[in-house]
Amino acid sequence: MKTKDLVYIALFAAITAVLGLVPAIQVGPVPITAQTLGVMLAGAILGARRGFLSQLLFLVLVAIGLPLLASGHGGLAAFTGPSAGYLISWPIAAFVVGLLTERFWGRYNLAWGILANVVGGILVIYAIGVPVLAAIANLSPEAAIVSGALPFLIGDGIKAVLAAAIAVQVRRSYPVIETPQRAVALR
Amino acid sequence: MRLRRETAAPVADPTRGVELRAVGHVYGDRLVLADIDLHLTERRIGIVGANGSGKSTFARLLNGLVVPTTGSVLVDGLDTRAHVREVRRRVGFVFQDPDAQIVYPTVAEDVAYGLENQGVPAAERAERVAEVLERYGLAGHADHPAHLLSGGQKQLLAIAGVLVMRPARIVFDEPTTLLDLVNTRRVAQLVEDLEQQVVVVTHDLDLLHGFDRVLVIDDGRVVTDGPPDSSVSAYRALMVHR
Amino acid sequence: MLALYVPRASPVHRTPAGWKLLALAGLSVLVFAVPTLPVSGGAVAAVLLLGLAVAQLPAGVLLRQARAVLWWLVGLFVLHAVLTDVLTGTLTVLRLLALVLAAAVVTATTRVTEMVAVIERICRPLEWVGVRPARIGLVIAMALRFIPLIAERADRIREAQAARGGLPRGLRGLATTVVPLLVQVLQMAHTTAEALDARGADDEPLPRRRRRDR
Ligand SMILES: Nc1ncnc2c1ncn2[C@@H]1O[C@H](COP(=O)(O)OP(=O)(O)O)[C@@H](O)[C@H]1O
Ligand SMILES: [Mg+2]
Repeated sequence: MKTKDLVYIALFAAITAVLGLVPAIQVGPVPITAQTLGVMLAGAILGARRGFLSQLLFLVLVAIGLPLLASGHGGLAAFTGPSAGYLISWPIAAFVVGLLTERFWGRYNLAWGILANVVGGILVIYAIGVPVLAAIANLSPEAAIVSGALPFLIGDGIKAVLAAAIAVQVRRSYPVIETPQRAVALR
Repeated sequence: MRLRRETAAPVADPTRGVELRAVGHVYGDRLVLADIDLHLTERRIGIVGANGSGKSTFARLLNGLVVPTTGSVLVDGLDTRAHVREVRRRVGFVFQDPDAQIVYPTVAEDVAYGLENQGVPAAERAERVAEVLERYGLAGHADHPAHLLSGGQKQLLAIAGVLVMRPARIVFDEPTTLLDLVNTRRVAQLVEDLEQQVVVVTHDLDLLHGFDRVLVIDDGRVVTDGPPDSSVSAYRALMVHR
Repeated sequence: MLALYVPRASPVHRTPAGWKLLALAGLSVLVFAVPTLPVSGGAVAAVLLLGLAVAQLPAGVLLRQARAVLWWLVGLFVLHAVLTDVLTGTLTVLRLLALVLAAAVVTATTRVTEMVAVIERICRPLEWVGVRPARIGLVIAMALRFIPLIAERADRIREAQAARGGLPRGLRGLATTVVPLLVQVLQMAHTTAEALDARGADDEPLPRRRRRDR
């Protein structure tokens, strides 16, 4: 791994942390924080491997006792609460977003970006977060979905679109994911 | 990152200085440097030139951050292509933006970073860090968060992080561009006091006062090479006729 | 940056971080493996005793952590009281509370640098697959350094936009700040990587013996 990759990883861990400082937007009773925007951006801009490591690093920062989650939470307590599953899914989510983004890289645009972000940044997070919620809180699957997925759907949808729009523009001026030129040349 | 293994046991000859032989460099299909043949042995060397003329690329050649596309660069007789690691140990590098080069959250930790890479034992490390912080007026800030320092202090910190490694030569790429007059003067004084060979890229022509040699780079070529007075007037004339 | 560490001279603070983490893991296994009221209730009491009396942490520190999950706990209790029974509700709430509080105690009694050292130690076996544990400390430090830097740059970008009369609020505001911010910091990352290399970041790993004293 190059030095530059280490810097990118630290950078996107920090970006997810800084997005936790953005005040939550209230949609009905549900607060929507900007933090998972950082998860999607990490995958969409750095790609799978570095995106994964950056969000893993973010979780390490939280675990070692820094109050970096939205509204100033942090420490090991964050990994024991009902939303532990969502938190733990972030690196995997960034990985899947990155994997799809790399797959779409040659023709990446808003639509492909949204697809990658929805699959990686919403479906993957719910697929891990909801069952963990059900297990930790002794809830039935239906109750877990009603309380742990549906209320966040609109906000997460907005973030998926926003992250794709941002990634498209960043790709235009400073692409980080490399086009697999050699693979193209060999063909 | 470029070369993981040194190709042979390097034999350095400090009297040879820095040699550039038929150096050319391209980024993509853009020619950035061409036909550079130089032998740099003077203690104070300045580099001036317009924005985008290739000064930073030139500076990066001197410690192996950039390896030339054609030709070769020798530091104390060591080819930067084959001996990156040894060359980097000999040549320190200070950038324009201190924020980009401070990597640890607190002052003392950041200064210690390069020494850790060199495998300096903890006790000696602490001693050398303290000494350098003292010398640059940062002793009271050892445990301060780096982001709370002023712009001038940040640049001093960045310089301290390089000097603590005791390189034999130091390259500065526009070290005063972001500083106010007071801090510019401080950095100028600091450069003047250094015993090492110093190469300074700058737009601040006052900084070149008392230098031994000044190169003017234009469009990737060295167009003037001489004492500061004549080089600076040549540079001014060149810019006026743009 | 404000960490969640609370300095005190207590035996809990002096206990090595690795042991505290093991104890936390042990507790989580216990409360889930033995789902009975005495165990879960006893765990909460023990953790409170340890945190408030032995470690002398202010109650507010633990309260703040508990508050983060308070509404969850209340909601859970009500849900269980309605759907299953009060006993299951109490049990679920108590064991979650025990874990959250225990984790908060570990965090409040352990310095960040100690945690970093534990992480480096845990990662040491990864050396066999080519990971360099020393670099983990480096990326943690860099991230901590970047957080205030990025926040500051974001402020500066918003000021510049406001100065030219444009400061969209809400989502559009977020996007118009984040795009230039990302381009700026990605460019900076290039220089940072060069600066790191110039200070020996890409040197060969040092022999094991010498790295010990880091
Ligand atoms: N990493 C790079 N990739 C591509 N082009 C570059 C890179 N670095 C510099 N350049 C280009 O090379 C030219 C010279 O740049 P530089 O050496 O930074 O000049 P100066 O420092 O004199 O302003 C510029 O046109 C710049 O755009
Ligand atoms: Mg330059």
